[in-house]
Amino acid sequence: MARALPSERLATDVRVPARRTSPSLWSEAFRRFRKHRLAAFGALVLLSMVVAVLAGPLVYRVPIDEIDFKAKLRGPSAAHPLGTDDLGQDVLARMLYGGRISLAVGIAAMLIAITIGVAVGATAGHFAGIVDHTLMRITDLFICLPQLPLLLLIVYLFREVLKKALGPEAGVFVLIVAVIGGLRWMPVARLVRAQFLSLREQQFVEAARGLGAPPFRQVIRHILPNAMGPVIVAGTIDVAAAIIAESSLSFLGLGFPPDIPTWGRILFDAKDNLDFAPHWAIFPGTAIFLTVLSINYIGDGLRDALDPRKVLSH
Amino acid sequence: MSKYLLRRLLISIPVLAGISLILFTILAMAPGDPFEELATNPNVPAEVRMSLRAKFGLDDPIGVRYVRWFGSMLRGDWGFSFSSRVNVDTLILQRLPTTLLVLGSAQLLGVLVALPIGTMSAVRPYSVFDQIATTLAFIGFSLPTFFTGLLFILFFSIYLDWLPFIYRADISATGWRFYWEHVRQAIMPVAVLGLFQGAALTRFVRSAVLDVIRLDYINTARAKGLSEQVTIAKHAVRNALIPVVTLMALQIPTIFTGAVITEQIFRVPGIGSLLISAILANDTPVIMAITFVFSCLVVTLNLAADLLYGWLDPRISYR
Repeated sequence: MARALPSERLATDVRVPARRTSPSLWSEAFRRFRKHRLAAFGALVLLSMVVAVLAGPLVYRVPIDEIDFKAKLRGPSAAHPLGTDDLGQDVLARMLYGGRISLAVGIAAMLIAITIGVAVGATAGHFAGIVDHTLMRITDLFICLPQLPLLLLIVYLFREVLKKALGPEAGVFVLIVAVIGGLRWMPVARLVRAQFLSLREQQFVEAARGLGAPPFRQVIRHILPNAMGPVIVAGTIDVAAAIIAESSLSFLGLGFPPDIPTWGRILFDAKDNLDFAPHWAIFPGTAIFLTVLSINYIGDGLRDALDPRKVLSH
Repeated sequence: MSKYLLRRLLISIPVLAGISLILFTILAMAPGDPFEELATNPNVPAEVRMSLRAKFGLDDPIGVRYVRWFGSMLRGDWGFSFSSRVNVDTLILQRLPTTLLVLGSAQLLGVLVALPIGTMSAVRPYSVFDQIATTLAFIGFSLPTFFTGLLFILFFSIYLDWLPFIYRADISATGWRFYWEHVRQAIMPVAVLGLFQGAALTRFVRSAVLDVIRLDYINTARAKGLSEQVTIAKHAVRNALIPVVTLMALQIPTIFTGAVITEQIFRVPGIGSLLISAILANDTPVIMAITFVFSCLVVTLNLAADLLYGWLDPRISYR
């Protein structure tokens, strides 16, 4: 982030055109992204977390529910690298398993939020007039909803039904993902609508229209791809927000059941033993923090990388 | 100004109605029957159950039920708590001041942290101060409140033993000690919430001031011979606050998320912790009423933000 000396800046400016023999928008964006050191570092941290939760349980084969009262509430040791909980279960094994769920919730909720957001925003931006007006009023309304209380209310009301229909694990997962995603699409909808309003007046869309492209093709082939930059950034941040939302829910004891140790759930179980087993809370808390921090930095880097108008100053 | 205020007030009525419609739809779609208990009780004949349903209007069309429900919500007739055996509105009114006090102090702390730091960062962008402040802000809003709360308890209550980690409403001390105890127990919840809000706000303030500070009228102010402090405080920051207030208004619903969690961690007797205990006790009238109160608070605070906006940007009042 250091301020570049004028001579350095000049040097990069001179070098850029020479490299641009085949400038694809995405390779250019990737180059810009790598320049954002903290974002690149965040991507590395996140990637290693994903690899750890995916491959970890295959390598580290300690069961998540092996109860051993002789070793309860122990700090980190050779047998239990991150210590044990009040039932003597291995915290590392539980975190690796729960991390899968935490990350999966984040990604799935983001996909739902983006899908709804793009659909609403594109419809509003494309049709304009009364459709646009109605959809935007609904968006404004959803922005005013208090997220966590509503999330708690819906989970409270619908948990039992979905548990019966899909089983305890899948039922809670579907419910949480759907509700988090369903309450986070509004910023994306606004972004996409704003992009549509400006893009559809641009000459390349006019050219497509002039060549006889039907409206659907105009939207899918020409407008939407160009509107995706801000959506990707918003989606990245949404993953972090969804992970926090799920952890908050589990932390309040109202998310996943105890046999599915997501990071928030481990914190919920650990919080009453803070004074003699701080490790039990600190490790999962740090995992959530690092994930969210990395994702936020990645979002920051993507914002710089995906805005072609922005001149790289550092 | 009064016309502007009136228009804003009128806009918030449909918003409130819309929110209540969403809440009611969720409740109506939810499975379960309030008379389920009676249905399984063999001592209650089916006719009695039917007449009870008719008496409470459960078989009426959904539109009628919504209008009746919204009407009684507006009148303050929020029903009866199953678990505490008192009227829901009494219960909530007991708890609301604590929540508002903690939230208000936290928001104030956030602004007091964010304004000077964000402005100083923007005045010297990419300086050492700016880099440290930006990094800390990033860390600050990436730390979820439930984790910061636990870390604070671990450090200040358990390790240093300076602050109590349970918020008590019944402090027996009198006089100055009474106030001191209240302040002491509020420090951690307010700090956790306030620093989280402050971190996000710092970024908003920084980028808003950065946008304004390069404009020509700032140079004009300097050229007139105004001191740097006056230029920044009166000319730059005041204008930079306009987008900041918008962003703050958009953040309002998330404040309540933090409030529920902090109240739960520190056992602050506010409506957030009431909500959690109501959910654990299956106390539906209380849950519905609190969600509705939170929505009303969001709408009210949005209104306040609009008014602040009108004050910061005089052009708006006359539109």
